[in-house]
Amino acid sequence: MLRFVVFRLLQSLVALAILSVVVFILARATGDPLHMILPMNASEEDYANARQYLGLDRPYVEQYLSFVGRAVIGDFGNSIRARRPVIELLQARLPYSLKLAAFAMVVSLALAFPLGVMAAVHKGTGVDRAAQIVAILGQSLPTFWVSIVLVEFVAGRLQWLPAGGADSLASYVLPGFTLGWFVVAGMMRLLRSGMLEVLDSEYVKLARLKGVAEHRVVWVHALKNALIPVVTFAGIYFAILVTTAIVVETVFAWPGLGRLAYDGITSRDFPVIQAVVLTTAAIVAAVNLGVDCLYALIDPRIRYGR
Amino acid sequence: MSVVVLPETAAAPVPAARRRRWPVVSIGIIVVFVLVALLAPLLSLADPYEQALRLRFRPPVWEDRGSWAHPLGTDRLGRDLLTRIVWGSRVSLAVGACAVLLASTIGAAVGLVAGYYGGRVDATLMRVTDATLSFPVILLALILAVTVGPSFGNVVIAISVILWARYARVVRGQVLTLMTLDFIAQARIAGAGAWRIITRHLLPNTLNTLVVLITLQVGYVIIVEASLSFLGAGIPPPTPAWGSMIAEGRDFVTSAWWVSFFPGLAILLVVLAFNLLGDWLRDTLDPKLRQL
Repeated sequence: MLRFVVFRLLQSLVALAILSVVVFILARATGDPLHMILPMNASEEDYANARQYLGLDRPYVEQYLSFVGRAVIGDFGNSIRARRPVIELLQARLPYSLKLAAFAMVVSLALAFPLGVMAAVHKGTGVDRAAQIVAILGQSLPTFWVSIVLVEFVAGRLQWLPAGGADSLASYVLPGFTLGWFVVAGMMRLLRSGMLEVLDSEYVKLARLKGVAEHRVVWVHALKNALIPVVTFAGIYFAILVTTAIVVETVFAWPGLGRLAYDGITSRDFPVIQAVVLTTAAIVAAVNLGVDCLYALIDPRIRYGR
Repeated sequence: MSVVVLPETAAAPVPAARRRRWPVVSIGIIVVFVLVALLAPLLSLADPYEQALRLRFRPPVWEDRGSWAHPLGTDRLGRDLLTRIVWGSRVSLAVGACAVLLASTIGAAVGLVAGYYGGRVDATLMRVTDATLSFPVILLALILAVTVGPSFGNVVIAISVILWARYARVVRGQVLTLMTLDFIAQARIAGAGAWRIITRHLLPNTLNTLVVLITLQVGYVIIVEASLSFLGAGIPPPTPAWGSMIAEGRDFVTSAWWVSFFPGLAILLVVLAFNLLGDWLRDTLDPKLRQL
């Protein structure tokens, strides 16, 4: 097991290294950052001095290595716009993003579990069809449109919930619901097909023959094994959640990483963009790593099969 | 060419009663939108760019001040909403088609090569795939939009550069299964080269999966494109795109709800149709594909 974990950890690090190269190239490919830092009337000499001071005159490989070296210890430089260390901005915003993601996850699990299980148990009936439609509708609604409609009706006309910000627990409801509903479909579908397979198996038949109550057969015996494929989906699920969060955070003025990225991009604040992209990717990679280890723990075939 | 049926899918023939009806409604919606997009210049509609400031914020025809001249009302600049939605369908469907075709071609090629050669090649390609999968699509598109400028080509590139990884993953998985089957070994013994085995034996056997994934991804791509246009990183105005139309109407939702509402409805209809069709295709062609 330890060999598997180390091996997967190395894989994740390689993936992150590739990504850091891409981010580095993208950031350099966009023109001289000095144009944005120095005043309009700066002379050639000022440019040369600044270039030397910021280390931009060194070879690219050297610049890349020092960028990575500092990024590893959490030093992403200063934000051009906020004139503060990027790490401070990250520290302020990351908790909000994680809290929103957690809330959205709870919403989607609370929807996906009953829907997936009910659909499998009542396969082919109206219940099955209705559950699938609820799930697929969430996947088909553009999140920013849902956000606007919810802000207008629930927050505006009905005044039930706040329209933006992250001041109280109530302000989690609208963005969390919008984000959560979007990712229900994939998880519900996996649960449904997993349950269908398991409900057909010998040990479920045995449990029924033994006289185990039907609700126990479904919710305990069957569900436990139908969960395995759902665990593997968690990585992709999380990546979709993070991507969608950028849009949702923008509409709801949520003080998270997504909004930080959006603001950073619109004001060409490259240290911020680099930091957000790498942090997001690192989180997604860490989640994937955790998922794979969990999976290998549940299902030993993965460990040896590679 | 040899198309094999994988043993697990051939387990039990589907009884006639369980075979599902064709998703007529989804196919109908898709056909209507495709036709409307293709024929937009011939439909003798109003000019999507024509402004008429005196006719700003006209409501849809069934409301008090509405008229048949503008069945779905007009926007902030007095432009006809129905016309703009029709022209917007060209953007959404074109981005959807281009991005998905590009991504599936790259992804299928990577998956086939990785699965066929295995070993180092496979390990390297799969690391790149993993790195790609962990990169948020919208962030990349936003970066491209700011650095190179928003355009149709950049939106397609940004989306396909990320999306191919899903195809590569799924195709590779299928190829790994196929490689253990006898007919590949037989093809080898018969003297078939790598190119012939990949194009003639492996590719045809992954087509079902590709078709399902392509259909399911069109809807996702349309949503991503709309999100980008909404954030101002997609198709630049004044070209009508559903996402940017929703963004333009956003500030007037309280007084003129229709400006944002109808483009959103159009997105919902098209994406829902593609998702339902993809779902049906998956259940019909390849019930084992649960993760797509």
